[in-house]
Amino acid sequence: MIDFGFTPLVASITDLDKANVNLAKQLTEQDPSFALCISCGSCSATCTAGQFTKFSFRVMCHQIRKGNAKEAIAEASKCMLCGKCTLACPRNVNTRNIISLVRKAQTTTP
Amino acid sequence: MTKTVAIIGGGVAGLETAKQLNSLGYSVKLFEKTNTLGGHVAKWDRLFPNKRHASEVVSSLTLSQGNTQTLTETTVHSIKRENQGFVISANSSNHEADAVVLATGFELFPAEKKEEYGYGLFENVITSADLEQMFKKHGKPVMASGHKPVRIAFIHCVGSRDEKVNRPYCSKVCCVTAVKQAIEVKEALPNSEVFCFYMDLRTFGPGYEDLYKEAQSKGVTFIRGRLSESSEIEGGRVLIKAEDTLASTPLKMSVDIVVLMVGMSPLRSTNKLATDLGLSINADGFIAATDLHTNPTGTATNGVFVAGACTGPNNITDTVNAAKATALDVHNYLSR
Amino acid sequence: MNYYHHFVIPFTAGLLFLVIVVAAKWIGWIKNLDAEQKGLIKRNIFGKASLHATWEVITESLLHRRIFQKNFLLGYMHMSLAFGWFLLIVMGNLETRFFTHGQMNPPYVPIFFEFFEHDLSTLRYKEIFTFVMDFLLLFVLSGVALAYMKRATSKPLGMKKATKHAFIDKLALTSLWLIFPLRLAAESVTAGLYDSGGFFTRWLGEAIVSLPGADMLYYPLWWAYSISLGLFFISVPFTRYMHIPTETLLIFLRKYGIREKNEHTSYTQVELNACSRCGICIDSCQLSSELGISNSQSTYFLKSLRDKKTTDYLTETCMLCGRCDFACPVGIENSTIRLNQRRETPASAINFGYVPTIEASKGKIAFFAGCMGQLTPSVTKATLTLFNAAGVEYTHIDKDATICCGRPLQVNGEESAAKELAQKNKQLIEGTGAQALVTTCPICARIFAESYGLSIPVYHHTQFLYQLAASGQLKLTPTSNLITYHDPCELGRGLGIYEEPRELLKFAGNLVEVKSSKTDSLCCGGSLAITSINQQQRSQIAIKTLESIGANDVDFVATACPLCKKTFTAASDENAILDVSEILVKACTNSRQSLKPEQKQRTKETSTVN
Ligand SMILES: Cc1cc2nc3c(=O)[nH]c(=O)nc-3n(C[C@H](O)[C@H](O)[C@H](O)COP(=O)(O)OP(=O)(O)OC[C@H]3O[C@@H](n4cnc5c(N)ncnc54)[C@H](O)[C@@H]3O)c2cc1C
Ligand code: SF4
Ligand code: SF4
Ligand code: SF4
Ligand code: SF4
Ligand code: SF4
Repeated sequence: MIDFGFTPLVASITDLDKANVNLAKQLTEQDPSFALCISCGSCSATCTAGQFTKFSFRVMCHQIRKGNAKEAIAEASKCMLCGKCTLACPRNVNTRNIISLVRKAQTTTP
Repeated sequence: MTKTVAIIGGGVAGLETAKQLNSLGYSVKLFEKTNTLGGHVAKWDRLFPNKRHASEVVSSLTLSQGNTQTLTETTVHSIKRENQGFVISANSSNHEADAVVLATGFELFPAEKKEEYGYGLFENVITSADLEQMFKKHGKPVMASGHKPVRIAFIHCVGSRDEKVNRPYCSKVCCVTAVKQAIEVKEALPNSEVFCFYMDLRTFGPGYEDLYKEAQSKGVTFIRGRLSESSEIEGGRVLIKAEDTLASTPLKMSVDIVVLMVGMSPLRSTNKLATDLGLSINADGFIAATDLHTNPTGTATNGVFVAGACTGPNNITDTVNAAKATALDVHNYLSR
Repeated sequence: MNYYHHFVIPFTAGLLFLVIVVAAKWIGWIKNLDAEQKGLIKRNIFGKASLHATWEVITESLLHRRIFQKNFLLGYMHMSLAFGWFLLIVMGNLETRFFTHGQMNPPYVPIFFEFFEHDLSTLRYKEIFTFVMDFLLLFVLSGVALAYMKRATSKPLGMKKATKHAFIDKLALTSLWLIFPLRLAAESVTAGLYDSGGFFTRWLGEAIVSLPGADMLYYPLWWAYSISLGLFFISVPFTRYMHIPTETLLIFLRKYGIREKNEHTSYTQVELNACSRCGICIDSCQLSSELGISNSQSTYFLKSLRDKKTTDYLTETCMLCGRCDFACPVGIENSTIRLNQRRETPASAINFGYVPTIEASKGKIAFFAGCMGQLTPSVTKATLTLFNAAGVEYTHIDKDATICCGRPLQVNGEESAAKELAQKNKQLIEGTGAQALVTTCPICARIFAESYGLSIPVYHHTQFLYQLAASGQLKLTPTSNLITYHDPCELGRGLGIYEEPRELLKFAGNLVEVKSSKTDSLCCGGSLAITSINQQQRSQIAIKTLESIGANDVDFVATACPLCKKTFTAASDENAILDVSEILVKACTNSRQSLKPEQKQRTKETSTVN
């Protein structure tokens, strides 16, 4: 390879041509409200788990959309199911249901 | 015989419609619930996009009324169709008219409904409308204790774009109002720190984007994230929580004053008038126009017209434009 | 005298089979109870509990008192079938005994007595016996007729949805329905041919035998009657009719103090088999009445579990509101069984290693607002204002950060994850040295009280405030406001707290009582125990619930749960929904100095323009 003096940061690029977005598709089918998030951040701001650790429902959803199902599933294990995010969400995203579905996907996603 | 038009609501929409119909030679009766004309605009201090005084707009409209018969402190309770015209009952007396214009405007979203934001609960949580009052009275924001605030946070989309309070729509004017008010705060208190918490910044009108830029250059900090909750801390200050979504980190900060940018909600008492007249209400709760594109001022009932914010959130320019269009429609209808 | 005919074989074989299978099942269930449960039986079997149980068997298994209370016709149907049949057997036995002067007879003799004996002239009280036997048969038949009717249209009996039946159930049902008409036909033809029988069978019999060839029906009818009995008995252990013997066992075990634990036990099997599939739980469930989800109610869930075929859908599609537990005439702990089923399959990776230990300052009363409390600051503020007014020394232990109490995890079956959180909170609570724990959230209160194993008492704020008000520490002067009260599921059916909030509201204004309240109250729809329903569906439920408590006819709707408050507020723009504590603040007349400076009310633009 010709050395141009720099290497592109491949790992940090979301390549939607190659990404495996099966989980996102599956979730949208199982709970259509998955598609309605406007990334306002209320869920993460109010999150009980988020007080103590880096966890954000909003970011988890983004990871799923970008095809990082694995990371997202690991993240979902931190949620306490307290329900604050559901009450905060202005778009009525059924957050706890999505978390539960992601947790289940642990065993079922390809 | 001159025909009579009844206009319900003495806000800018009603005033402009009255002015136009008056100059077209009709006999105009303008009904206004409160004791002053100008509606909500009369409550504002200075207006976006050019910071002119709201009172100028109101007085120019009231002074150009000519023969309009204005009935203040007169609430219209019901309107009935009779023969070719209408009977309007207001304050237990009846008035007749050949056409009716609803210009009843909007109501501010009752911010107490968003309990987690603390309005009515924490003394330094106020609304954008309250801030306008402060500007009018003191020319600057003040804390409930009378102290000068150092840190102020504006919270966008309170009672708009929020399905939890049944207001899923955007109120259009509050982003630019927040930007305008942030600039005013910076001008009045140059040492203050001002933050705007927004979900999307919708500065669509002429001069609005310039205001945004001006706010940035005056040091206003824009944070993309919606407030989740607030709590009261020492000295009546307020601790607020949001996510800085662009940095993907939760954020909390203590501020001296929280300003809630309350949205424009449908006025519930209007719905009774509207449904009595056979008009339809759209899903957001405002009066539905016959045709959104080609007939935005007509209604399902002949002889009944609408103007201004009773059809949905609008700024003054659009309200006044709608009023002019409505006047022309009324004229066409009465000179059939 | 030796009575016998080949047609008795189906009946006798069926009965023998039934007795053996039921006995085997009972013995198996009892044997598999755990040591503690067996201990309860040993301790209570020779005491009053057995007498009480016997009485309950009479009132419930035979008379169906609870079903009667729900719906008269439905109760009558069950009662005429069960009690009528029972009396028929008793009277039949007496009749045979009298006639044979106390001789021991095989069990089929009293059943087919009309076949064996036509000349009862030597029977003492013959008139009474024949009259009563006919009367009872008609009584049972009236129940059968109602059952046909219920099948055809389930409305008049109050059941909106008749439960769906499997093939074997249908077989059992058909044979059951045929038993009594066949008995009537067989006895009538016999009475017609031999001039025997009572007032009705004789009359009917004479009418039948006047038809040509009716005498040929004689043997076939007795065969058919016996076969229908035999078929029914054989089907019992495989169908819902197993509930008939099992309910009796359940009543005894329950009277001995046995209850569901936090995992399935052999007692669960008894409960599963005691469900009569009456369908009352379907009617009481708002998922069915408001959302049209009518395939996940307790009766279906219990059946699936009994058949070892339950699904995630059935396990999860339930708000665990507990309404059907109280509606169930058999008293099955439906929602506990469902929760225990959830506990069987916890998610594999839940990890709370990151949760720190939190400390709070010391105080006499530890106050916990909970997660929901952070979104309802008005409730917290009102409660603490009242504490201040009454001079309570408290420490607000989750003011800066809340660790979830664990109840939401628990209701979703994540028991060990919930325990992890409970451990953290327990440390926090015990670290304060408080003498009592008070919380505004019934969800937290429930797990604190039931699972934390705290050494100090746990109070819901309505309980605690009631003590303060009753002792005069908190002074309340009633206002003229009309108030209706919504019972939160976790507080009412969950913790049995119904009176304290009501008494408090009576101190503060005029409480309006409504029909669906206390154990029968509706769920607000906000339940954390179900995730699959969306916000619109929750609002649909909430609106109906508000209607049921007459929300539009009062000044305030009171509730005592932050989640109920939020759910109602999201659903309705029209009603003022307040926590009990917020209403009390309006009525509190303690000297104002002790109150935190009340906030100066700002002139609200809203009230001036509109
Ligand atoms: C915080 C805030 C700041 C704003 N700032 C600006 C700005 O700077 N520039 C700008 O262009 N726009 C601004 N707007 C938008 C502006 O206020 C509206 O466009 C305008 O008020 C709409 O006028 P209207 O006449 O339709 O309604 P309204 O102003 O609501 O007037 C309606 C009138 O009808 C009366 N009425 C209602 N029902 C009855 C009845 N039954 N009988 C008798 N009378 C009745 C009411 O009392 C009221 O006076 C702002 C809005 C908000 C919320
Ligand atoms: S339910 Fe989970 S994601 Fe939502 S606020 Fe609670 S802990 Fe956070
Ligand atoms: S609160 Fe709702 S809309 Fe906002 S980021 Fe979370 S899921 Fe998305
Ligand atoms: S104009 Fe801005 S603040 Fe107002 S509702 Fe729309 S996005 Fe929100
Ligand atoms: S669970 Fe109870 S209410 Fe439901 S069908 Fe069974 S017995 Fe009837
Ligand atoms: S517990 Fe409530 S939601 Fe669940 S089945 Fe019973 S009534 Fe329905």
